[in-house]
Amino acid sequence: MMFAASGQNDKDRRIQQLYFVLFGIMTLLLVLPVLIILTTLVVKGGPALSIDFLFTKPTNGMTAGGIFPALLGTIWLVLVALLFSVPLGVAAAIYLSEYAPENVFTRIINLAIINLAGVPSIVHALFGVGAFVIFFRFGTSILAASLTLGIMTLPVVIVATRESLQAVPQAFREACWNMGATRWQTIRRVVLPNAVTGILTGIILEVSRTAGETAPIMFTGAAFFLPFLPQGVLDQTMALSLHLFVVSTQVPDMPEHLPFGVALVLIGIVLIMNSVSIALRMYLRGKKKW
Amino acid sequence: MSRSSVTDFDRRNRDWYIDRLVQAVVFIGGISAIVFIIGIFVFITREGFSFIATEFDVSGFFLSQNWRPTSESNPTYGILALVAGTASVTGLAMLVAIPFSLGAAIFIAEFATGRVREVLKILVELLAAIPSVVWGFIGLSIMNPLIIEWFNVPVGLNVLNAGIILGLMAAPIMTSIAEDALKAVPDRYREAAEAMGATRWQVIAKVVLPAAKNGLLGAVLLGVGRGFGETMAVLMATGHSVNIPTSIFDSVRALTATIAAELGETAVGSPHYQALFTIGIFLFAITFVINLTADLIVRGIRNK
Repeated sequence: MMFAASGQNDKDRRIQQLYFVLFGIMTLLLVLPVLIILTTLVVKGGPALSIDFLFTKPTNGMTAGGIFPALLGTIWLVLVALLFSVPLGVAAAIYLSEYAPENVFTRIINLAIINLAGVPSIVHALFGVGAFVIFFRFGTSILAASLTLGIMTLPVVIVATRESLQAVPQAFREACWNMGATRWQTIRRVVLPNAVTGILTGIILEVSRTAGETAPIMFTGAAFFLPFLPQGVLDQTMALSLHLFVVSTQVPDMPEHLPFGVALVLIGIVLIMNSVSIALRMYLRGKKKW
Repeated sequence: MSRSSVTDFDRRNRDWYIDRLVQAVVFIGGISAIVFIIGIFVFITREGFSFIATEFDVSGFFLSQNWRPTSESNPTYGILALVAGTASVTGLAMLVAIPFSLGAAIFIAEFATGRVREVLKILVELLAAIPSVVWGFIGLSIMNPLIIEWFNVPVGLNVLNAGIILGLMAAPIMTSIAEDALKAVPDRYREAAEAMGATRWQVIAKVVLPAAKNGLLGAVLLGVGRGFGETMAVLMATGHSVNIPTSIFDSVRALTATIAAELGETAVGSPHYQALFTIGIFLFAITFVINLTADLIVRGIRNK
């Protein structure tokens, strides 16, 4: 036989199999923690969960009762942050995808976006204190905390929106321009309708990121404990992420199940949001006609 | 053609003006990222400035390990031990995360196919989504007792604990960026090598990895930046004691965690408060350089 496998071929194949197994095990070791962590949180935090846990106030120095003020506070923070960052982020993405020329200035914008995502969360917190709490005199409030969160998560919206805008084929735009439409008419009637689901996945991802952040809100608007619920954006609030930090480190004589319950609710919200975003993305990919 | 027919083709009608207006509005969105980055620098410098101008001296700040900001008689602001804390934890995290992330990226991009690949990518994405305070909680409540039991040490909140936690946090980001870098290598490179009779591993080792080298380096750098700037997880898992570590079982304190733990207790404008902002400036500068370098390296190949 002319092409009989030589010893060298056998050796090459064994090496390949070795690496396949090695990298496969590495990948498994990397993703296994997600499953272990989730299982542990469900097993240890599950007993703490109940309707009461979600909808009552903490009592007894936070060692008993529920998490309602923290849950509500997180919803406040996320909504106000979205009100600010979604319009801004979508506008930025439209500019970058539809208008921006390829030049040094555009590259600087992209670099700024990368840096905005890469600056440590605690530095964003310092910025929030210096700018919103002190300079703009919002005090420690939902407004100051949400603006800090919104700026920090702005890159999530920009990147997701830009990607879904760029996924709309250029031919669609050209066809529209040839009909005499302006750039904006083209964007509004053709590009945005075709990209809206993709933008939505980005926004859901941002909700998940915003809800989980702790450091940026510690000194800008979230409090360890408040006996009352926030009435407006200039009030302070409790927040789920900070609440987890507080009940797991700051309170003595904490029953073990309670922090696990808080962690389970927080990670539940985050992972559900992410799963919805992933599912939406897959649905979109399956539906795509071009 | 008469003059009037030219004006008929003048495009400056209402739609044209709306278009211009929209262009201006989205441009504001576009430059907002630049405005915020400059804003971050200006506002943290503004708060930390008078510390840098008066109390700050380079050797006292960077080369002293005495971080005693609350001392009544003689407060000192030396961040050497904090830098050592951050460096030891980030270093260990990278030791864990770099090989695993690159291995996983190669497996997902080059070996895995179809459904397996989809599932792995989703799991990596979910791993990246876990909030840092949850990671800190895991370090505190799950890893801590395990480390005490396995290694027979008195305290489980130490470099080892935070390093593993931080490694797991940085790994998914490094994996997905590294995977992108591998995917960016054109298929015809692989086909050419396979046509010469190379096994898949030979294709990866001899063709794909060298071609994706810069992208992989960028991925590693961004992972380092992420680990370096992480706050809540290192605050909760390091043990938070000012210390230059001599073993992985020593408790340490990180730069980021120091700001998070102390800012709430300082009076606005006090030297301690300003010293914390000065650490913030330092952190900002380092991550800026890391991100810039990563970007230059990654774009470098793209322009070639």
